[in-house]
Amino acid sequence: MEMTGAQILMETLLEQGTDVIFGYPGGTVLDLYEQIYQNEGRIRHVLPSHEQGGIHAADGYARATGKTGVVLATSGPGATNLVTGIATAYLDSIPLVIITGNVPTDLIGQDNFQEVDVFSLTYGIVKHSYRVARVEELADDIREAYALAGSGRPGPVLIDIPKDVQQKKTKFTPRPPVELWPVSSEYTADEIKQAMKLMEKSKRPVIYCGGGVITAGADKEVMELSKRLDAPICYSLMGLDAVAASFPASLGMSGMHGRYASTKAIAECDLLIAVGARFSDRAVGNKQKYAEKANIIHIDIDPAEIDKNVTVDLPLIGDAKDILGKFLEAVKGSKKPDWQAAIAEMRAFEASHETQYNGGLTPFQIIDMVSEKMPKDTPIVTDVGQHQMWVAQRYPFEQQRTFLTSGGLGTMGFGMGASNGACIGTGKRTVLFTGDGSFAMNFAELGTAVTEGLPVIVIVMNNRVLGMVRQLQDFFSSAHYSQTTTHRKTDFVAFAKAMGAEGYLAETPEEFAQAMDQACQANGPVVIECTIDENDFVYPMVPTNKSIDEIILQGGR
Amino acid sequence: MKKYMIGLLVNNKYGVLTRIASLIARRGYNIDTLTVGETVDSSISRMTIMITGTEHDRDQVIKQLRKLHDVHFVKEMVRDASVCRELVLIKVATNKNTRQEIIDAVNVFRNKIIDYNAESMTIEVTGETTKLDAFIDLMKPYGILEMGRTGVVSLKRGQECLDGTNLKELKKPKRSRKKA
Repeated sequence: MEMTGAQILMETLLEQGTDVIFGYPGGTVLDLYEQIYQNEGRIRHVLPSHEQGGIHAADGYARATGKTGVVLATSGPGATNLVTGIATAYLDSIPLVIITGNVPTDLIGQDNFQEVDVFSLTYGIVKHSYRVARVEELADDIREAYALAGSGRPGPVLIDIPKDVQQKKTKFTPRPPVELWPVSSEYTADEIKQAMKLMEKSKRPVIYCGGGVITAGADKEVMELSKRLDAPICYSLMGLDAVAASFPASLGMSGMHGRYASTKAIAECDLLIAVGARFSDRAVGNKQKYAEKANIIHIDIDPAEIDKNVTVDLPLIGDAKDILGKFLEAVKGSKKPDWQAAIAEMRAFEASHETQYNGGLTPFQIIDMVSEKMPKDTPIVTDVGQHQMWVAQRYPFEQQRTFLTSGGLGTMGFGMGASNGACIGTGKRTVLFTGDGSFAMNFAELGTAVTEGLPVIVIVMNNRVLGMVRQLQDFFSSAHYSQTTTHRKTDFVAFAKAMGAEGYLAETPEEFAQAMDQACQANGPVVIECTIDENDFVYPMVPTNKSIDEIILQGGR
Repeated sequence: MKKYMIGLLVNNKYGVLTRIASLIARRGYNIDTLTVGETVDSSISRMTIMITGTEHDRDQVIKQLRKLHDVHFVKEMVRDASVCRELVLIKVATNKNTRQEIIDAVNVFRNKIIDYNAESMTIEVTGETTKLDAFIDLMKPYGILEMGRTGVVSLKRGQECLDGTNLKELKKPKRSRKKA
């Protein structure tokens, strides 16, 4: 059948199972928007307030569902507004297909209205990208983009389509949805044997989960291995919802603001089995002292992660579920009472050094009240800053894909868009924890939630400062709070109402409980502004490049 | 720090060169030389990249390059197991006192004079990088007016090829997409 490029794009997206597009119209995507108009009812289109909010929504959709998110934007500013969102997805290995319009092929390079070379701008933050030169290539480029985005280590793939390619006609042959490409396993039987030896020999093993455990769906294998080896489980920020927090061996997040027992267990272990983790600097601290008493087994699908940040003893390249399955075929394991006693001591130390916070309503009170009230399958989204670390330390995640946070890039302003996408993808009431700084970056997306009728509960921990950087300044810049004590007068309750949402102010636990009751009844978004103390800092804290020996458990303020 | 030579077979299409160069730059490594040109199969280009760095740098560059969708094969071209050549054109100032000396040097080095006039001559030098460097040093006192170097191209010694095929397998018509 003869079709235009725009029709082919629409048909191929539908063929791949796309149910939602997050997009913003513009001059070079007029033809694509004509198709969205013509195909109403076949595909849902969500209009954000800003393209950045749109791509964060596609990202939140992908994180919450495991499916590939699709975002559409026009050329020029439409495309450049996506850049932060592309980098956010790239750093956290999130599958996205990003479609941008561009000026007609014969005008490219002449600095036309809304022309920007997004293809070149995004080299370093995409898994792959296409500039479609001929309409004949379009369908297969989109299919390949889908396969690439979701296969192996997922990531964002960009397709730049000049206007004339959207308008030209060619023959279109429908195909079944692409299958993801098989993972190339490079590990050998001998390496599995070596791993067995290390595991059987180990007296103090630890399993360390990164986001790859979630991508691979390897949670059951991790739990079983933990039981057999009697090994506690530690998590990176991205892997925090890999295994239920209530699983007895779970020690929570490790690293810079990780929980004491989790960070300490890695420092003390004699075998670290890292699964789908990339040893980011925030998780590792001082590289030389990281797990310095341990042999490290590193399971990862991406060979380039081996020895990139931390030198490991035994790399195993392949799918985590597959490799852990191989372990379980043979490993017997043993009980390790001495190690468990040491872990219990670390936990007891952690419990007796729980951070005490000031004020009538503390961050941990807020988080505890939310986790007690909301079902376990609630998508919990954060922005970036102190509130993000508090949630990571405190919230008991019980199911995979319920913790959505910008880990690698640390994108303030990620949360509101991502919450919209998660809510759309799962159909579940979604909670966003944010701060006054992060929320202000992209709070126009609240308008999107209102328009779409999305039941998102936005909890703004308002300390009227840029708390995380302020905390860093407290330690490293002689408490010179340069540009972080904002003391803005923004009234988030009034703002919520102005956007057509509900808004509540909570200064005490009682007020917060009431607001949560209201929020759980609402049909649309609700903002709860929580007043917290500006001197509540995030502890524990292992300062940059330091080891656990220099951990700060509680500040003087 | 050592010099490493990396051979690649990549898609011959829009943006591939920039993508590869930008990846190496982004990861903080420096390209000493880079050559690129079509292979027998016009949809595939061959690249030879020289970098200076540690063994860890070399491994990282190769592993990162391997991840690119446009890269089919990437391997280190080990010095002893490869043949490599580089070409330089040198325009050197001459006069009646120096002309014969320079011609003698050209002959000893088995180079070629490809342009000649009263005040200068242009010399073509092909060989290993060390030979080029030695000849350039030799010409410096006479006054090098300008020069242009190509960077290194290299092939593996013997029958084996970068994509893993050897003589017997060459009869197969199409190279598989499988990465090395």
